[in-house]
Amino acid sequence: MSVVAALGGPEQAGTEAASPQAAGAGRGARRLLAPGVLYLVVFFVLPVGVLLATSFYARVPGGELGEYTPALRWQNYPEALAQFAPQLARSFGFAAVATVAALLVGYPMAYVIAVRARGRPGLQGLLVVLVVAPFFTSFILRTVAWKQILADQGEVVGALRWLHVLPPDGRLSAAPAAVVIGLTYSFLPFMVLPLFASLERLDPRLLEAGTDLYATPLTTFRTVTLPLSAPGVVAGTLLTFIPAVGDYVNSSLLGNNTTTTMIGQVIDQRFFRTVDYPTAAVLSVVLMVAILTLVSLYVRRAGTEELV
Amino acid sequence: MSRVRPGAAVVPAFAALGFVFLLVPIAYTVLFSFNDGGKTNLVWRGFTLDAWRNPCGAPRVCSALVGSLQVGLLATLVATALGTLLAVALVRARFRGRGAVNLLVLLPMTTPEVVLGAALVSQFLSLRVPLGFGTVVVAHVMFCLSFVVVAVKARVATLDPALEQAAADLYASPWQTFWRVTFPLLLPGIGAAALLAFSLSFDDFIVTNFTSGGFETFPKFVYVSATRGIPPQANVISSAMFVLALLVVVLVRVASRARRRR
Amino acid sequence: MTTVGTRAAAVEPGAAPADGGGTALELRSVTKRFGDVVAVDELSLAVPSGTFFALLGPSGCGKTTTLRMVAGLERPSAGTVCLAGRDVTGAPAHRRPVNTVFQSYALFPHLSVLENVAFGLRRRRARDVRARALEALELVELAHLAQRRPSQLSGGQQQRVALARAVVNRPALLLLDEPLGALDLRLRRQMQVELKAIQAEVGITFVHVTHDQEEAMTMADTVAVMNHGRIEQLGGPADLYEHPRTAFVANFLGQSNLVRGTVVETLDGGRTLGVDVGGARVRVPAHRSVPGARHVLVGVRPEKVRLVAAGDDARGGDNELGPGTVVDTSFAGVSTQYQVRVEGLGTFGVFAQNLGGGSVHAPGSVVRLAWDVPHTFALDGHQEVGAGTLGPGDEP
Repeated sequence: MSVVAALGGPEQAGTEAASPQAAGAGRGARRLLAPGVLYLVVFFVLPVGVLLATSFYARVPGGELGEYTPALRWQNYPEALAQFAPQLARSFGFAAVATVAALLVGYPMAYVIAVRARGRPGLQGLLVVLVVAPFFTSFILRTVAWKQILADQGEVVGALRWLHVLPPDGRLSAAPAAVVIGLTYSFLPFMVLPLFASLERLDPRLLEAGTDLYATPLTTFRTVTLPLSAPGVVAGTLLTFIPAVGDYVNSSLLGNNTTTTMIGQVIDQRFFRTVDYPTAAVLSVVLMVAILTLVSLYVRRAGTEELV
Repeated sequence: MSRVRPGAAVVPAFAALGFVFLLVPIAYTVLFSFNDGGKTNLVWRGFTLDAWRNPCGAPRVCSALVGSLQVGLLATLVATALGTLLAVALVRARFRGRGAVNLLVLLPMTTPEVVLGAALVSQFLSLRVPLGFGTVVVAHVMFCLSFVVVAVKARVATLDPALEQAAADLYASPWQTFWRVTFPLLLPGIGAAALLAFSLSFDDFIVTNFTSGGFETFPKFVYVSATRGIPPQANVISSAMFVLALLVVVLVRVASRARRRR
Repeated sequence: MTTVGTRAAAVEPGAAPADGGGTALELRSVTKRFGDVVAVDELSLAVPSGTFFALLGPSGCGKTTTLRMVAGLERPSAGTVCLAGRDVTGAPAHRRPVNTVFQSYALFPHLSVLENVAFGLRRRRARDVRARALEALELVELAHLAQRRPSQLSGGQQQRVALARAVVNRPALLLLDEPLGALDLRLRRQMQVELKAIQAEVGITFVHVTHDQEEAMTMADTVAVMNHGRIEQLGGPADLYEHPRTAFVANFLGQSNLVRGTVVETLDGGRTLGVDVGGARVRVPAHRSVPGARHVLVGVRPEKVRLVAAGDDARGGDNELGPGTVVDTSFAGVSTQYQVRVEGLGTFGVFAQNLGGGSVHAPGSVVRLAWDVPHTFALDGHQEVGAGTLGPGDEP
């Protein structure tokens, strides 16, 4: 399974080979596996099944708010999609832009930590701690901080207006840009860490071999460094894109309620405000299937270049 | 090479901008813990230590923190135990369906949190399980589990199987081999996985929002108050946690370095 | 080694200055410091075009640093590096007509064997990249594996790919950084012969770094013995072996018996020196002795020494020491190696060729040591007797 290999890291390929305890380990392995597998079946597989079933439920005629009956009402799908296609498309669009932005911002960071700081464990350790530092403070508070940073009367907007990047009445708050910046920011560490891991494994002698064979530093980067860090790029983009598509903290805290609404917000509202379980379930199922399809296409395409 | 190439300066400059981007919001959250902000705490109004002197001064903020800590500790414990066993089995044992188990472990990671939350809440509602502390812990264990497995697996893969064979050769039973050889060698990886699980659980909002009902965690408290104004006490708690976490990381690094040097 | 014809076809005439005459590489007072450590100390040397040059020395002697400065992977702290008469001291690696066979090969794992070999050609936008890369692979007899990944090759095959990847560019200078270090003994011997043959065939100047004295001697036209960042002695393998000028060279290249002595007289009108060694008198040819020194280290190679049983007479005119006691006898196939302790002088190594019929001296036997006067040499006495011998922690 290629998705497994992409997310599970490189150790998979290496250890796949030979295990001397192969025979006779079966029963012991089953005992180790059983609790975790059972847990995932009961609290992941079954709930997803219930979600799928819910997506076909029908409203009880004349029933109370939130009263539904098991049914096979496949019309739920076209109805929900017709109504929420813009939000769905926007979620994928925002997430894609944020992922590319995170890659552009994160690659130099990972490169500096892994390659330039190589051999200086103190500096390397410090920089890695800085990358994970956001994990130590509240996600929501950091998102709120962006609201303050991008405020209409704040320094950032003021500077951009002065530079004529923004028109005099232009704003970043409550706009798509703010949501994309927030998404980029939120998942940047998830981009940097796998990139760092794959760049760190890069043998510096390969870079020397590149320059020895007449490649300029830029060509060495293009022909050696970048292809060899491809597993990190794949893992990093997946770890950024997947949570970004479903996120609604950024869009609800940094956006407005019209041009920035993402699918997560809709699902949340359908569940808890309008108590419309089938629509929420339809959108969840569609989101999950769409992501799985995209991810497996992406990994397969990246995989054809035979990542090492 | 001592000669300055143009690329030599450009890349670190871009990286430095990236670090600034990453760290400025953290600085904001710390800064605003000292704001004399009153109720909304969105605009800087002046320096005060009021919130630091009385971190539980705002209603519900400390009970939410305690809730988060309880959920985090419990979920970490369970997820780390289950995940370690899974990881050891997945790396070391050949069995049929290994690919399927790998997939089962990784699927929750490729599923957005909204979907996880929606699925769990559908299940709980259909089974008429009341939402609250218990359902939050169950949900957190589920999504932490995958991360623990991935982190511990990486560590197991670096273990030389010959060490376990040597233990068996020296008359250790499988049980003794695990506890005397495998587990101590995995401990740093397990510790890192546990820290990861705790930080994921402690900071989770979306899944919690779906599965918590009336129960409040710290992120949920902050999100709910965001519409009306987050009290500076929330920033105090977040900043204190930040400093605490940094201290732990630095101590762990110093300790492991000192041990390596010995 | 069987298809010399295809190899000759792979050689492009006139691409490299193979015709000798010029100087491929010249280092002038090159120094490299890492912090306080001086890795290479005012080193100067010249390598003539078309030759096979070896930099030989123990690990940490600065030979790899020297090589990296030539490749452009390290910048000298002082001094100049000239390639084919052109000063390239400031030029980056990718602008130097130099290629390296790296110690670990450094093959690109994400590229096929063919693309690895083609890499340098593509960077220089050469024509007929594929054909030339295949030719180079034929030279190392690996054309049939062109589509494989490096990880699918054995160590010896990877080594050949690394060589092809360097040779295909027709560099003015090809650098080999311990290229055979990772191979097992038999493969190493085979590759030594092949490398030498390929060098002779393509005519490119090879600079080979190694700590293996046998490797350096069998392959190189000229060997520079390095120690502590300096060149101890430079010359042809036979010259270095027969006329070592320092205790380090005498011990590092093969083995030597060195004993302290004092010059007490000149004989034969100055052509021979008489040296007092622990009370015995030893003669040394003046041209094999350090001029003007009074305190010397008298040396002789173990295979030059004969054991004379207690009752027998030595030939007149030989140098003679002893009596001593055989403390160890080990049979090594072509020779029998003895350790003989001589009271007051120390332990001597003696290699006796197994010609058949000769008697074996068991441990405990009392013998005398004898050798021809022309095989004796004398070094400056202000050196450690053990310089250049292997300590217990050193690599073999």
